[in-house]
This record gives sequence, structure tokens and C-alpha cells, in this order.
Amino acid sequence: MSAPGAIVVGGGLGGLWASLRLAEAGFPVRLFSLFEVKRSHSVCAQGGINAVLDTKGERDSIEQHILDTIKGGEYLANQPPIKSLCEQAPGLIGTFARMGVTFSRTPEGGLDLRLFGGVKHRRTCFAGASTGQQLLYGVDQQVRRLESLGRVEKFEWWEFLSLLIDADGRCRGILAMDLRSLEVRAFPAETVVLASGGFGQLYAPKTTTSTNSTGAAASRVYQQGAWFANGEFFQFHPTAMLGHDKTRLMSEAARGEGGRVWVPRTPGDRRDPTRIPERERFYFLEEFFPAYGNTVARDEASRAIWRVTRELGLGIGGGDRVYLDLTHLDRRFVATRLGAILEIYRKFAGSDPLDTPMEIFPAAHYGMGGLWVDFERDADGGMRPGSARNHATNIPGLYACGECDYAYHGANRLGANSLLSASFSGRVAGEAAANYLRGLDPARPALAETVIEAERRRQETINQRLLGADGEENPYTLHQALGALMTERVGVVRDNAGLEQALDELDRLEARLARIGLGEANRWANQTLIFTRQLADMIVLAKAVTASALARDECRGAHHKPDFELPIPEGSFPGDPEFEDYRARWRENNTRWLKTTLAEYAAPRPRIHYQAVDLSVCPPSEPRDYR
Amino acid sequence: MRETPSTIELRIRRQDGPDTPPYWETFVLPHAPDHNVVSVLMALREHPLTHDGRRVDPVCWDHNCMEEVCGSCAMLINGVPRPACSALIDQLEQPIVLEPLPKFPVVRDLLVDRSAIDAGLRKVHAWIEIDGAWDTHEPPPRIAPQQWAADYLYSRCMSCGCCMAACPQFGAGADFVGPAPLAQVRLMNAHPTGRHDKTERLHAIMAEGGLSDCGNAQNCVRVCPKAIPLTTAIGELGRQTTIQALKDLFGSS
Repeated sequence: MSAPGAIVVGGGLGGLWASLRLAEAGFPVRLFSLFEVKRSHSVCAQGGINAVLDTKGERDSIEQHILDTIKGGEYLANQPPIKSLCEQAPGLIGTFARMGVTFSRTPEGGLDLRLFGGVKHRRTCFAGASTGQQLLYGVDQQVRRLESLGRVEKFEWWEFLSLLIDADGRCRGILAMDLRSLEVRAFPAETVVLASGGFGQLYAPKTTTSTNSTGAAASRVYQQGAWFANGEFFQFHPTAMLGHDKTRLMSEAARGEGGRVWVPRTPGDRRDPTRIPERERFYFLEEFFPAYGNTVARDEASRAIWRVTRELGLGIGGGDRVYLDLTHLDRRFVATRLGAILEIYRKFAGSDPLDTPMEIFPAAHYGMGGLWVDFERDADGGMRPGSARNHATNIPGLYACGECDYAYHGANRLGANSLLSASFSGRVAGEAAANYLRGLDPARPALAETVIEAERRRQETINQRLLGADGEENPYTLHQALGALMTERVGVVRDNAGLEQALDELDRLEARLARIGLGEANRWANQTLIFTRQLADMIVLAKAVTASALARDECRGAHHKPDFELPIPEGSFPGDPEFEDYRARWRENNTRWLKTTLAEYAAPRPRIHYQAVDLSVCPPSEPRDYR
Repeated sequence: MRETPSTIELRIRRQDGPDTPPYWETFVLPHAPDHNVVSVLMALREHPLTHDGRRVDPVCWDHNCMEEVCGSCAMLINGVPRPACSALIDQLEQPIVLEPLPKFPVVRDLLVDRSAIDAGLRKVHAWIEIDGAWDTHEPPPRIAPQQWAADYLYSRCMSCGCCMAACPQFGAGADFVGPAPLAQVRLMNAHPTGRHDKTERLHAIMAEGGLSDCGNAQNCVRVCPKAIPLTTAIGELGRQTTIQALKDLFGSS
């Protein structure tokens, strides 16, 4: 028997790393992607990738990186994987550099480091203002090298539809669709690594993610029995420039360098912002947070913008937008310090932030939650290298890595940790899947033809039904309804009544989707059919996210339910009776809620249950206190 | 400043499949501020009605990041190859004429097959030969910031294909590998480790369809959305291949 084959779904950082490690282990790899792999969403990450190199004389330490990541995630992530992530980050950077990634350099030619949000040390490697793009190209080139040696075979313009699962419940390959001919074909394999990215498109258009970040692939394996963990934790970036198609990230640096956020005091004021006098402007971040003003943390800023627009009705023109103003600053200073931001805004808004205030709103940026994956704890407290349990989902033979897994960021993600987790988890998943293949019984029976044929027929039937669908609903209109619903009810601020309504509304969206009219019968490269299939899976995933949010009655990281807020009593500090009383309530809340949410697919509503978090590296002792 | 029109008029060259004849359709949509070509095409797919009220198939096109970094949405806009996401409606002459990126086979409508770029990158060995994707416990090679600044210009190439579309030498029936893969040879040959395989890459571009097919039209550098100095790279490669040819002739390595 020839070497058993692996399939990797997704060609971003996670998928390419997994492909590399599987191919290097000697297993043939088939790599599936919706488009040319180098167009994956990893290219959008600009800022950088964290690794403790400690080359700036600041006594940075790996222990500190571990602590920052654990605490940033409010203790919700299992700690052994975080320990390994941070310990192996410097070696990973070195490997990227050997691949030829154009990291920015110090005058001595070493790797330069920059400071990033939420930490005290310079710890972030970067490559100009396009770090994600450069890292992705590095691994893309290596995969192309292996492709030229015949060790990796790419299937670009193919979409993953479902897993092939044998009688023992093992994943034995995939069913995929050629996005041109719509041919549905089975690809048997002995292991599958899913690296399909995030699901920001559930919030479209108020999301910074690419249009292919639908979460459809993750939803499909969830519907086949994979657990979806911590779906309620989604990071919203406070300052994204608005667009009809998407919202584009405006870096925190704009506030850091003196940008002021405001709205007109008069609701619906339609005057040109430069003509609104100072006294008629509401600088709400400065009023709400006198100590921090405009540089208040991401989540606080998002919630304040939400309050001003949605609750006080003071958004510009009554809508979802506020000003981020740089016009009061010295033009030369702004041009030097914020060149990249100015360029993006000018390019996509067509106006100059030096002349007129930018218009921004919070946007869905990154999903901390995702497919549940396992790990094996090592004697040293990290993840055991090479264990076939690492990054394994609960479906044997199926692995997940990158943004589609849930493993490293807990309740909130630190800046510049996403490129790190995507790369690291891809490498780990590839190594784990390789060891899974090594451990397979050589005498295992082949996957039954009947399984393959039944699944192929099921998927082909969906295509036939859609091609003949002539109802009155339009899938793109329904996608907008989904995005508006998720933004409104399952976004920056949540409450249980709204979440209950959202679940009902999602049921109605599903019913409307059943009355779809495709509007075209041309089978060739039928993008409406392809998108309609994705949309159906997005609605199912939205239910998992919403049900997880409904079940969790607390505020933790990105999940904010004001009804269950536990504020630090004002003016009290450790030792004060009020503070100690608060600490006791905080502990009690952790006892109740410091656990991983697991959503298990069931119709009409998912089943929610919980799993303990591995806190073996650093158990929580102190509440987060940013005063 | 041009007066803001109340509508957006699109003339789109359509094609139902690779082997069917192209045809033109005109669409008129309500104007809204902040529209770019991708967002207008998104609005159009919800209501794909021609200007004379005929319901037609939604227009096919490619898009992903919409931040001009993934390279997906390149097409011919008013005769110029460029990414559609950063083509702002209010900065374009109307009617806005959209055509598929030329030189690449049409899949459907504005969707083209750019696998020739990938093939070109494979042909020129556009990668660094590393022992493997593992930690070698050694510091990475040093690169002077001055060299970094020059290299970084080339590493931002997103394979959008605009330079290839504008190149008179590239296309069906010609072997020319095109400007984008050539620029990657310039990038890889400069890397401290990439230099080891310089000869192999130079031989690849000294063969048929290589550097000598460049007609020096300079179109590539004019249309590159990332302002990559493609002709500078081609000039540098000219010097490198000349030296390589002499080495080949006199047998030194």
C-alpha cells in the first residue's frame, strides 16, 4: 500500500504550514482552496507577529508573553498550548526569515521589533505594513517548491463541501466541488486538516474580514458532529472606516497619536463636520473615560461608540458612524506618524483625513472561538511535541488550525498574536496529522463505496435543487439581513432578550432561504449557487454563536452582557473591604463561568455544554484591573 | 471637481463560458457616495437588471480582501488594468467600462484564469531552497536595512496580473513568462540564501520565453497598483544574465 494521503482545506498561513509539515513527513498532500492560495485572508494582517526575541535591551521574557496571552484572554484558553505557542515563537520567526520573508531590519541587519497594544515590551516582528502578506508568501513559496517536487498537489478553485466519515466515525476524506463546472467529487484520504479561516462575514458588511471568511467550511464539519467552542467570543475593532462592501481597519495608532472621536451634539446634524463649532461637538470618549480619553482600550471604545449611536441616537446623520478626527493635529506630524492609515483612507474613501474627519464604526474583526481541538499535556507543562492529539477535533482523523480553531485566544486576542497562532497551529496540526497517519492500522479496510456514493448524491441533490429554485428570496439580500441581525443582537453589547429574538430571527432567515430564487440556470461558474450554499451554512453557524452567547451570563473579554457586569467598586483597592468583597464575587463568577463553551449541532437549536479549562500554568488570582 | 451624477452607468463585457462569444450589457444603478467597482457589482448582483429592464444572470467576478492586498479583483476598468476594490466610482469617467483582465483566458464574465502566473513562478524557481520548515536554532541571515528597502518593493507583488495584462509580449501564443515572475527572480537572487540558486534561476530566464522576450514597452511599471519597479528589476536581471552568459561561456561558476 502506498503512503496514506492527507488533505488540507484552506491555503492561508495555517493550511500552508500544515501542508509543509505533512509533505516534509513524507505524506502526499492535496491542498484545497476556494481561490489561488496566496489570496487568503492572512494577507490582510498588517501589524506584525509576536515573538520574544528580547533584542531591544528591555528584559522581555517568554514567561511574560505567556502571561500577557493568558490574561488578555481572561483565562479562558487552555494554558499548555499557550505555553508552547510562546516558547516556540522565536524559532518560528527564524524559520520564516530563512524562507526569505522580508522582515523589517535594525541598522545592524537583525530583525526589528515594534511595540504593540496591551504589552509593555517591544515584541512584535513586522515586515513594513504588510506582515501577513509577507509571511503568507514565505510559506506559499515553500509549498510551490514542494509542489514542483510532486509532494503537494493543489486544488485551487475547489470548495470543501463535507467530510467522508466511515462506519467507525473516522474522517476518511472529503467531498469537494469544482467552482467552475460545479462537479462534485469525492477525495478519499486518511486525514483532513481544516484551515478554513474565520467567520466575520456573519457580520457583513460591518466586518474587516475578506468576503470568503464565511465560516461555511467550519459550519459544515460542525453539522457533521465537530464541536464548536467559545463561539460567543468575537473581537470588534472600534475604528473601521465604513464602506458598502466592507469596513476597513483604521489602526489604533490614529487614536494613539492624538486622534479625537466625536459626534455632533445635535441628533441628525448634517452640517459639514469642519463647520461644527467646538462647543457643539460631543467628545464622548473623553467625557466617558476622563483618565484615558481617546486611548481607552479597544473593547471599551467599541462599547462607547455603540452606546452613542445605538442608544443615544447621536450617530452622524442618525446612522452608524462617528468621527475620528485628525484635522486638529499638525499636518506634517500626522503625515510622518500615520502615513499608512492616511494612504488607506485616501485610497478607499477618496477624501483626505488631514482635511476632513474620518467616519468610523466598530467592526467584527476576529473570532476567538472556533472548532474545538484537543492537546496532550507534556511533563514540562506545555503541549507534547508531535502528539497526534494536538489540534485534533472530536472527529477522529479531522484536525483544525488557524482562525477556524478556538485554541489560543480565550475571551479576547492580543494584537499580533493571530499571525503567530495561525502559523504555529498549522505547524502543530501538520505534525500531529502526520503522526496520526503513522499510527494507522495498515490492515484498515478501505472506505466503503456506498458511503462515498451516498454523500456524493446528497451534495449533487442540493445543487440540483438550487439550480431549479425559483422562489422570491435573493441570497445576497438575505446575507445583508443576517449581517444586520448579528451586528444588532450578537455584537458589541448583548442582552438575553435580544439573543432570544436573534435565534427566532435566524429560524425565520432559514425559512426564507428555503424560498430562494437562484435567478440563473447557467451551471458554469455559478457564483450565486456557490454563495447560497455558503449562506445556508453561515446561518447554522450563527445559531451556534448566538446560542453560546445566550447561555453565558457574564462579561468576559469580548462577550459583554451589561446585565451581568461585575464592576470594580470605585475608589477601592486590594485590602479594602469593598475590594475584597468584589474579589470574592469575581472568584465566585469564575467558579461558575470559567469554562469552555461547546456547541454541538442539533436541529432546530444547538446543544450547549461546557468543559473545564486547563489552568495549570497560571491559575487566576487577581481580577483584571487597568486603573 | 466633476459634478456628482445621480446614477452609475456600467458597460460590462460579458461571456457565458470560455468558448462562447462575448457580448455587452449596460446597467444603470442609483449613485451612492463611497462606492467602488466591487461594491457596485455587489449591489448589481442583488438586482441584475439591464438598463432596459431585462433580468439577466448576475455578473461573475473575483474579489476577496477588498483592501488591495490579495490581488483577486483585477480587471480592465475604462481600458486600464487595475484592482476593482480601489477603483472609486466618483473618480471614474462614466459610463464605466468593465472588461475581463486581458491576456488571461476568460472563465466567465470578468472572471479569468491566472494560473499562468503560478506556472511562471514555478518555472523561474521563485523560492528559497531551505533544508526544511523547522527550527535550526541559528540566528536568521542578516540583511542590511538598505537592501531590505529595495527587496521589500518586490515582495509586495500580489500576483494580480495587471502588469501581465498590460504587457504586449505576454499572452496566448507567446512563451514570455511576464514581468511579475521576473521581478521575483530579482528578489530571490538578492537573498543571502537565495543567492545559492541564482544560476538556476538565471538559466530559467535565459531560456525561451525568458528575459530576452521583454520588448521594453514599460507598460508593466505604469499599471502596477503597488508601484513595484518592474523595469528596474528587468534591468538588473539583464546585467545578471549577461554576467551569467559570460560565466557559462568561460566555464567559471
